[in-house]
Amino acid sequence: MTPLPDAESLCAGLVAELRPIVGPNTAMIGLYTGGVWLAERLHAELAIAEPLGTMDIAFYRDDYNKQGLARDPKRTRIPFTVEGRDLLLVDDVLYTGRTVRAAMNELFDYGRPASISLVVLADRNGRELPICAQHCGVKVDVPADMRLRLRRGDDGKLRLELERAE
Amino acid sequence: MQSNPQLNANGELRHLLSIEGLPGEVLLGILDTAASFVGVTEREVKKVPILRGKSVFNLFFEPSTRTRTTFEIAAKRLSADVINLNIAASSQTKGESLLDTVANLSAMQADVFVVRHASSGAPFLIAQHVKPHEHVINAGDGRHAHPTQGLLDLYTIRHYKQDFSRLTVAVVGDVLHSRVARSLIHGLTTLGTPEVRVIGPKTLLPTGVESLGVRVFHDMREGLRGADVVVMLRLQSERMRGALLPSAQEFFKHYGLTAEKLALARPDAIVMHPGPMNRGVEIDSSVADGPNSVILPQVTFGIAVRMAVMSMVAGTS
Repeated sequence: MTPLPDAESLCAGLVAELRPIVGPNTAMIGLYTGGVWLAERLHAELAIAEPLGTMDIAFYRDDYNKQGLARDPKRTRIPFTVEGRDLLLVDDVLYTGRTVRAAMNELFDYGRPASISLVVLADRNGRELPICAQHCGVKVDVPADMRLRLRRGDDGKLRLELERAE
Repeated sequence: MQSNPQLNANGELRHLLSIEGLPGEVLLGILDTAASFVGVTEREVKKVPILRGKSVFNLFFEPSTRTRTTFEIAAKRLSADVINLNIAASSQTKGESLLDTVANLSAMQADVFVVRHASSGAPFLIAQHVKPHEHVINAGDGRHAHPTQGLLDLYTIRHYKQDFSRLTVAVVGDVLHSRVARSLIHGLTTLGTPEVRVIGPKTLLPTGVESLGVRVFHDMREGLRGADVVVMLRLQSERMRGALLPSAQEFFKHYGLTAEKLALARPDAIVMHPGPMNRGVEIDSSVADGPNSVILPQVTFGIAVRMAVMSMVAGTS
């Protein structure tokens, strides 16, 4: 298998791609955990005026009846008004689409945004819902039994990793 | 080793019956989850879909307004369907046994039973007989335990004081009849609180209370000195049989919390009370409404804590 793309250069590519579309009405939300790391970087480099929102979709998952409540859910913090906003929703890897579905449901409990665009570092195969990313660093083919995820080193550098799915 | 009936094979919370016997990491897991639910309770839409399609039965064999209401609010904010049964005025008076009542409700597709009962151990009995997908939460049984109140007290202390490892907590008043005190003391010692004190007259402290790992004071002034947290208990006159106290006025004189006595605690001490308060019996109005009081935030946190417990138990198998 070819080596995984470098997360740092994908991140730089996304900054360049997003810069022209960021306006005064733009706000950004990162999805725990990897999406928050990526969003922290994008948010700082794009100098978005509104503070960064962070979201844990634990209370909106569709597999509660199978998996129960996720351990240690983080608190969702949206420090701006969602109503009428152009939102950039940020996650590390787009896979089944279920996380994004849950995140959109949660978002609408905060208000009615003008628009939502999905920003991901990597788009992998295996979609189960009709969801696609508007801004995507790279498309990768990953074997079905493998999981692609973002890691953040002690130095703050981001990297993509493959691991066996549980 | 006997397995804990509250936990499943993976160590996850299946029922909440008492704080006693729950490992510290489970308690902290509940408090962390509750912190996430506090965020939900502050939004415009105070509802999440996680328990959609589940039924929560509030079984109150003993009257309660606050606890029943907060459980109801918590279940509704989780999108569960809530059925309130005031059994004091129902089949039990017609002679139906506790387990028959529960079996009938189980046949109505219950997922969670929230149980308050005057007899200690009633929720344990129910938990031993429910189906694998059904869960029991103790909302107060006799003098034994009131774990969600204990957890919301722990949540409140953690919210204002962050860490249990350097705290002095004083629990004052009618400890003998208080399931709240028992649950809180177990939680505090499990989470490593170095000094837990109980303050009260000999007649209102259970014999052997020291074995819970607390220091006993009969002089309130001495016991309050340097306390970071003061937990006042309600004088449970309806539970008192026989003359344990000369009078409520006499009790207030010795064990009522006044501004003058509170001044002996640390200046940043928080004052808690599980409610309902008897103003002028165990607490003076100037303290109950004063700057150190966190009695109303306790009620708000109680909803988030009950949301956490319900969503954790209902998702385990």
